[in-house]
Amino acid sequence: MTESLDNIDHPVLKVRDLSIAYEAGKYAVKDINADIESKAITAIMGPSGCGKSTLLRAFNRMHELYPNIKTEGTIYLNDNDIREMSTIELRRRVGMVFQRPNPFPTMNIYENVIAGYKLNGIRLKRGERDDIVENSLKNVTLWDEVKDSLFKKGTFLSGGQQQRLCIARAIAFNPDVLLLDEPTSALDPVSTARIEDLLVDLKKDYTILLVTHNMSQAARISDNSMFMYLGELVEYGKTDYMFTNPKDSRTEGYLTGKFG
Amino acid sequence: MSSDKVTKRILFSVSLIILIISAGIVFSLVKGALPAFNTFGLKFIITNEWNPTEGREVYGALPFIAGTLITSILALIICLPLAFSTSLFVAEYFRNTRISSVLSSLVDLLAGIPSIVYGLWGFYVLRPLMINLGLSDQGFGIFTSSLILAIMIIPFATSMSNEIILMVPDELKEAAYSLGATRLEVIFNVIIPNARSGIIASYILALGRALGETMAVTMLIGNSNSIPSGLFDTGNTMASIIANQFGEASGLKLSALIAIGLILFAITGLVNSLGKFIIRKFS
Amino acid sequence: MASVSSITGLIDNIQSRKRKNRLFLALVIAMSVLTVVPIVFIISKIVSNGIGQINFNFFVRSSPDTLQAMTAIANNDTIPGGIANGITGNFLIILVSSVMAIPMGIMIGIYLYENQGRRYSDLLRSLTEILQGVPSIVLGIISYLWIVKNITNGFSAFAGSVALAIMMLPMIVRSTEETMKMIPNEIREAAFAMGAPYHKVILRILIPSGFSGLSTGILLSLSRILGETAPLIMTALGSTAINYNITKPTSAVPLLIWEFYNDPNMVKLVWSSSLFLLIFVLTLNIFTGSLSSKRKIRKQK
Repeated sequence: MTESLDNIDHPVLKVRDLSIAYEAGKYAVKDINADIESKAITAIMGPSGCGKSTLLRAFNRMHELYPNIKTEGTIYLNDNDIREMSTIELRRRVGMVFQRPNPFPTMNIYENVIAGYKLNGIRLKRGERDDIVENSLKNVTLWDEVKDSLFKKGTFLSGGQQQRLCIARAIAFNPDVLLLDEPTSALDPVSTARIEDLLVDLKKDYTILLVTHNMSQAARISDNSMFMYLGELVEYGKTDYMFTNPKDSRTEGYLTGKFG
Repeated sequence: MSSDKVTKRILFSVSLIILIISAGIVFSLVKGALPAFNTFGLKFIITNEWNPTEGREVYGALPFIAGTLITSILALIICLPLAFSTSLFVAEYFRNTRISSVLSSLVDLLAGIPSIVYGLWGFYVLRPLMINLGLSDQGFGIFTSSLILAIMIIPFATSMSNEIILMVPDELKEAAYSLGATRLEVIFNVIIPNARSGIIASYILALGRALGETMAVTMLIGNSNSIPSGLFDTGNTMASIIANQFGEASGLKLSALIAIGLILFAITGLVNSLGKFIIRKFS
Repeated sequence: MASVSSITGLIDNIQSRKRKNRLFLALVIAMSVLTVVPIVFIISKIVSNGIGQINFNFFVRSSPDTLQAMTAIANNDTIPGGIANGITGNFLIILVSSVMAIPMGIMIGIYLYENQGRRYSDLLRSLTEILQGVPSIVLGIISYLWIVKNITNGFSAFAGSVALAIMMLPMIVRSTEETMKMIPNEIREAAFAMGAPYHKVILRILIPSGFSGLSTGILLSLSRILGETAPLIMTALGSTAINYNITKPTSAVPLLIWEFYNDPNMVKLVWSSSLFLLIFVLTLNIFTGSLSSKRKIRKQK
């Protein structure tokens, strides 16, 4: 089933006939077609095992880290086929935040924020570095909390703070797209709320794709929503419409809690 | 007394054996070494002479301490790039594939070959090689011994490093990849810093293994009782002098050999404890 | 925010990073192959040189003395005799070592398991680790001082067994403790709850439950001592006759190899005896390895 949102001009991401299989014949994701709206939050929802994480990871070709995965179809980033870019370039334009906060334990906070530059061998002048760190941390509202402990290792931070640090690390590159894989599922409600506010704030600069198993989160902060079931994109539309008027019975079943 | 109490007492008494053996080893070594230390004092450790002629016996441990340390450290240096590459191969690049278990099993086989067989192979294959390459007249010496030692300790170094590298959490690696790092960059910026102490500890333990190795070194080192002056010079290690001369030794010579055994025991114990300490402290 | 130019300026840099990445992988593969090359060489050399000498006599005749060997070479005959004295001697020595080390090791391992938190247990564990690292030749000296000098008044199989037993002990202790820890606590408690006496719990429940782990530990320690030569040189010494008396000097296969190596007349025999030893030890190793990996897989499930 395919469903494209109407009225998206210049979608930053376009997915065409995407299918991903882990083993021969077993498709985790089947025939996905979608355009992702730029500078908006798109939520990807669905019950466990529906393929939402697999789909998310296709956008920065992370699933290629694991052998035996076959991908069919194409994804376009700003009209460029992402498989024709080097993964290094792709991953600078498409950043990722993971489910469990994972700041690098052997680096301090400062180094964590600019880890992307360091890993890519990019040498910056001291002034530039300081600016990037300060701006990124300010953009995730972590600056005031850590500005006096920038050179301490991040392990003393709370879960929510660590996750914000990871977001800062991802946006330090100024990517076009930010992918988040259930970023708040390991956090307490207060931290979750802070990060949700942060994402709403960030969408004015970045396109955000958010996998979440928490429907209310999708309802709260996303502009558009995808509902996936058993690897298929069942429904895709503006969040408000989808939640109040789901077109597919499976979507309705999920949203009303009949399964999931 | 209930039978349970009896059982507990028996278990406890048997456990004392460890204490008895440990203390006994130290005690016997010290007691046996005493005559030598009484005659030569602590200078025994730094005396560079080994003269068993009757009436003018002088014994010193320095040539052998030097021989042991030089061969073991050189072996570690040779083994390092090989073992490290193998660890990366098995635990990172080809992790969970068929070929990595094949490689890993082959490396384990290296650990199973008895020391004397290594010595034979070294004698009949490496030695002529050294002679043919013009590196040494007779083929014996420090380099040949270190080479065979390096091969022998590779499995010890790799097996521990493998486990440590495998334990680096996937999430950290993924975070680095998602920032655009290449595999090489992930290895040096994420895996190694996080596995550093474990890797170091595994090499220290491999060193400990090399220090005590006897047969292969005895057969290849050339049996000369002086501090080796060059890479291809001959010498002796603490283990090899004991192996060569213990059988017919008596009196002061026997005591000197036991003293060397004591020194070997101490050095090996220290190195192994250091390795274990690093593991405990940083894991 | 970082300016776009500072990022696009780095596109050139990507190529060199990718090149370095590929080069490093090639280096790692090359080194790994280099690491296993020796084993191929060693095994093939021993097999090719040793296989000719192995026949039925090899297993049942004792080793020749140097005169017999010299005559045979002069007449261009194959050297008579075999390594029967070595095989039986090895068997005897290791049997005695096992009889000493296995029960003791298991009991100590169980003691440590049952007394986890105590300082005494920690002390024992540290000492066990230190014992494991003691070079085998030092243990040979110890056994010489304790047994050869004092108990058997001369070189003997028993002295060899003591040295080897001390080598086996730490490994058995450690693997027993680890195995016991893996037995679910409920099983132990259920046994006690039924009023079983302590020794029955150990003998009937704990040891059988941990059987595969215990055997792996024992086999591992056996494979460690099987090829040992150094401690036997100064304890069991070796002998040309087949010997079943543990108070007398006894031969062993590694000792025979050492004797053959040192005697210019008998040097040819080193290959067949090495082949024999190698096959034995490697088979044991491979067997133990597959046992322990099967257990690891079961653990992960």
